Amino acid sequence: MTQIRFQTFALTAEGLACRRGGRAIFDGVGFRLANGEVIALTGRNGAGKSSLIAMLSGRLRPEAGSIRLEGLDDMPLAEAAHLVGHRDGLKTALTAAENLRFAQELLGAPGLSPSEALAAVGLPHAGALPVGYLSAGQRRRVALARLLVSSRPIWLLDEPMAALDTGSQAMLSQLMQGHLAAGGAILAATHGPLGLDGARDLRIGP
Amino acid sequence: MTSAFLAILRRDLALAVRAGGGGELALVFFLTVVVLIPFALGPDLNLLSRIGPAILWLGALLATLIGLDRLFQADEEDGSLDLIRSAPLPLELAVFAKALAHWLTTGLPLTLAAPLLGLLVALPGEGVLPLTASLALGTPALSFIGAAAAGLTASLRRGGLILPILVAPLCVPVLIFGVSASDAARGPMPLQSPLLILAALSLMAAVVGCIAAAAALRQPD
Repeated sequence: MTQIRFQTFALTAEGLACRRGGRAIFDGVGFRLANGEVIALTGRNGAGKSSLIAMLSGRLRPEAGSIRLEGLDDMPLAEAAHLVGHRDGLKTALTAAENLRFAQELLGAPGLSPSEALAAVGLPHAGALPVGYLSAGQRRRVALARLLVSSRPIWLLDEPMAALDTGSQAMLSQLMQGHLAAGGAILAATHGPLGLDGARDLRIGP
Repeated sequence: MTSAFLAILRRDLALAVRAGGGGELALVFFLTVVVLIPFALGPDLNLLSRIGPAILWLGALLATLIGLDRLFQADEEDGSLDLIRSAPLPLELAVFAKALAHWLTTGLPLTLAAPLLGLLVALPGEGVLPLTASLALGTPALSFIGAAAAGLTASLRRGGLILPILVAPLCVPVLIFGVSASDAARGPMPLQSPLLILAALSLMAAVVGCIAAAAALRQPD
């Protein structure tokens, strides 16, 4: 695992409200996320979990409220956070290793090499395979390997356990634990347990 | 920052070659148009020779438009645009890298194929160089103008329908000066000034197109 210690930071959200298609989705959502902390974002389908993550990644404008990141030399949140959402962000025509090398060069910050990252998510032999040949669960693991090739302090994960088998879920829990131990923070939308001690629950919607 | 720029450029070039997308498609379309038009016009060689540069330029323009709607849409759909947005690279430069890759896989092959296809439209020997030069200087403008429109239509499901309507009016100056540079070989018209204007249009499109596309892509929902 990475031994990089992240700088001290705190991500604060206050009074976030979301409206989509004229309908109020949620209102007054707030939290504080600092080094080594993990928030499990829960709520029924359509409660706005993905919308909240989209807001944090800057893709959705909050109807009200504010998002602030302190520390990390005033880095914008988009550059401090890794996003693994429903869309994997992988090119099916490129191999898994090429996809990861692209992410590494694009995102800049150092991390594991693509082959090390693939080994860490349990796909040591998938590097030379085009992503189009991989199953949904394997693609998800390649997307998760992106978290490792370039090290960023905050992980925003949208249902990271979806499509993963039980073994891979345990593997992901372990990766998340390593990230927390290195001083990172995680916000994950989830329906099941993340397998992490000390995860705070943030329930949105009714 | 340079490595992020090169990463996007390299990836898009690899994708164009591997996925069998944009590049060959544009070239095949160009070839089809230029091969078929002489048959439609009939056996009047003088007429063909006179409108030959216009045929080649129109073919190149339409071929560039094909697949342009996918420039950002494909990245938007699979989520890699979110990845690019979160890179420490200014979005304008990311757009520039993508548009440059588009030109290298579309405009450049069209330019290189044009002298050969010139034979099919009875292009006189002295007209080959002006035509190739005009395409080389003018097609980058098409890619960059197209990038701005592709940025606007990235999140529209049927963006391919509206994109040519947005792009066509902006491409008119390029078409006019491209054809007039290619025609210069036949008459007393100067060659240098239309070529310089084409270069200016390309440089302008490279700046304005990238800023416009980045502004459109940055807009949150």
